[in-house]
Amino acid sequence: MEKHTLIALMEDKPGVLNRVSGLFRRRNYNIESLSVGHSETGGISRMTIVVNGDERIVEQVVKQLDKLVNVTDVIDVSHRDSVFRELALIKVNAGPGKRSEIIELTSVFRARVVDVGATSLTVEITGPESRVNSLIGLLEPYGIEELARTGRVAMVRSGNGNGSSRGIDF
Amino acid sequence: MKRTGAQAVWESLVREGVDTAFGISGGAVIHLYHALPDYPIHHVLMRHEQGAAHAADGYARATGKVGVCVATSGPGATNLVTGLATAYMDSSPVVAITGQVATPVIGTDAFQEVDITGITLPITKHNYLVTDVEELPLVMKEAFYIARSGRPGPVLVDIAKDVQAAEFDYDYPDEVRLPGYRLPAGDISAQLEAAAEMIESAERPLIVAGHGVVLGAAEDSLLRLVEQTQIPVVTTLLGISAIPETHPLCLGMAGMHGEAYANLALAEADLLIALGSRFDDRLTGPVDGFGAQAKVIHVDIDTVEINKNVLTDLAVVGDLRDVLPQLISAVDERNRDEWLARIRLWREESAQRDIVGQETDELVPQFVMRQIWHATRGEVIMVSDVGQNQMWEAQYFVHHRRRGLLSSGGLGTMGFALPAAIGAQLGLPEQQVWVTAGDGGFQMNIQELATVVQEKLPVKIAIMNNGYLGMVRQWQQLFFEGRYSGTPLLGPDFAKVAEAYGIPGITIREKAQVDAAILQAVETEGPVLIDFRIVQEENVYPMVAPGRPVNEMIRRPMPTGKR
Repeated sequence: MEKHTLIALMEDKPGVLNRVSGLFRRRNYNIESLSVGHSETGGISRMTIVVNGDERIVEQVVKQLDKLVNVTDVIDVSHRDSVFRELALIKVNAGPGKRSEIIELTSVFRARVVDVGATSLTVEITGPESRVNSLIGLLEPYGIEELARTGRVAMVRSGNGNGSSRGIDF
Repeated sequence: MKRTGAQAVWESLVREGVDTAFGISGGAVIHLYHALPDYPIHHVLMRHEQGAAHAADGYARATGKVGVCVATSGPGATNLVTGLATAYMDSSPVVAITGQVATPVIGTDAFQEVDITGITLPITKHNYLVTDVEELPLVMKEAFYIARSGRPGPVLVDIAKDVQAAEFDYDYPDEVRLPGYRLPAGDISAQLEAAAEMIESAERPLIVAGHGVVLGAAEDSLLRLVEQTQIPVVTTLLGISAIPETHPLCLGMAGMHGEAYANLALAEADLLIALGSRFDDRLTGPVDGFGAQAKVIHVDIDTVEINKNVLTDLAVVGDLRDVLPQLISAVDERNRDEWLARIRLWREESAQRDIVGQETDELVPQFVMRQIWHATRGEVIMVSDVGQNQMWEAQYFVHHRRRGLLSSGGLGTMGFALPAAIGAQLGLPEQQVWVTAGDGGFQMNIQELATVVQEKLPVKIAIMNNGYLGMVRQWQQLFFEGRYSGTPLLGPDFAKVAEAYGIPGITIREKAQVDAAILQAVETEGPVLIDFRIVQEENVYPMVAPGRPVNEMIRRPMPTGKR
């Protein structure tokens, strides 16, 4: 089973997210992450979906998504030169004795401390999932109190500059 | 023009060419019903909303037009669910209009509130919740456009009660704006050339004709293609009537209860040309063994169906209405005598096993179906229910009339036949419409007999009454140690029930009485119900056991002695 990254553009209307998530459940697709927000066009949302499955399953996911009336475009960017990013907020146990150690780790990962409490630190990291996973792994021994991950967002690279404005031939 | 939301709904229906709607009134559609008498729409009051959805579906299947049903919020709307799922599985164009509680109380668990757009999400092609009256005209326009275009399907429009009452300036749009809804429009000439080459080089090609041929009104083209290429045709259940079953190249229905020679042809073919069929498991059996010797050409209007169940060697995405004429001009004539001769041998062998050719005094359902065909000369619309009766109808009534069989194929909805026949009869008042059902399924929507009477519909009803949920009993007999758990079924005296509704009822126990009863039904002007007390433990043969390939069939034994 392979991981595939899909980008879907859809009308920003009530219930559309429900249609998409309902489709995944009904068709028994294995979704690893799903992240949605505004796109560059008003009234159009952009969703990045990471789905597990072989080529045939993914072909079905793409076509089923595209069949939804509110979904305007779907593209599989797995084999395209793309930027993948995820953001995570990690609240980690940090008594006064451990703080500097954690802050040091954080800076190695180009992450940021965004909140300091009496017994904990909150770290923000943005990057490819592998980097996020590594930092989480290193912070685990200190005790992670809370973890929030956004799931993957993706964008195709523009290459030598003659691509479309958003780098995808939709 | 000032209109209320309710008026706008009916006016939009009229503009879409609707003259019949099936429904039941209620609190959340009271504004709709208040406005209804001012519009030239015949409203058919059903006895259950499930019946309304099936009737709209039956109307659509019989006429090719969009069927419309109406229900109130809450239980009215949820009662539509089975009917909408039935229409969705069989790609039937239906628009369902439901009332919703008023916008200020949506989400408060108000009286008779239910999230019907949420509930019907996976069983509609699309749906809408209208909370602003200004959106209503465009929503109605889009609903009809989506329901009837491309691969047809049901669309539900849920309209809040205060929206129905609100006044606004009504203006019906000329066009829809659906950026995410695209119909197949690609150039397929290259694929068709490739298809023609595959067809010409195939020694044992076979066409699998599905519902798409009927939905695309491509029956004439199919016939021309078949005669030009001499390629035999099997159909799916819903593909029945895509080609006249009287045609020598038509092998009838294939699949779990298909003709043996149709299934053998499927197994032996070296090229399968699927036209508007989604390769349902009841056709294919386990897909890994399906068409083991064959290359597959798959023509479908819905790209999602390509490679969904059966992997395709060549896909053509398009409407058969457009694709078939192009394919015809691309392929050459060819003689296929050897292949056809093999099929003829299989056919002769099957005829020897056929129970209808055997001497028996028992009242068997196959004989009843065959005699209905004889008496009507096949010139009627058959509406079958689900189960053994459905398979006997498919096997023993010889369908040659366009859209001559309406049946719930994908969802397999027991209780479909009677309300669907009501819809069909209203859509085609000049045609004779027959319901064939089992005693189990008929009891699931028996209340619609009242609608038959209220609407003065001359529907003929034949019940194959064996006192069992027969198809499940057959499985229990063959695969579950003969343990008849939950299948023996006590029914009423159906003839008396019919009489209570004001419909002549006949009970038939002897084979010798069958023809006279059918003739009486054919010749009676109004509705007639015949309760055929058939042999209780008759089975449907051939049968492909679940999980087995289609050419491994359980057959009726060869008769001993002479035929």
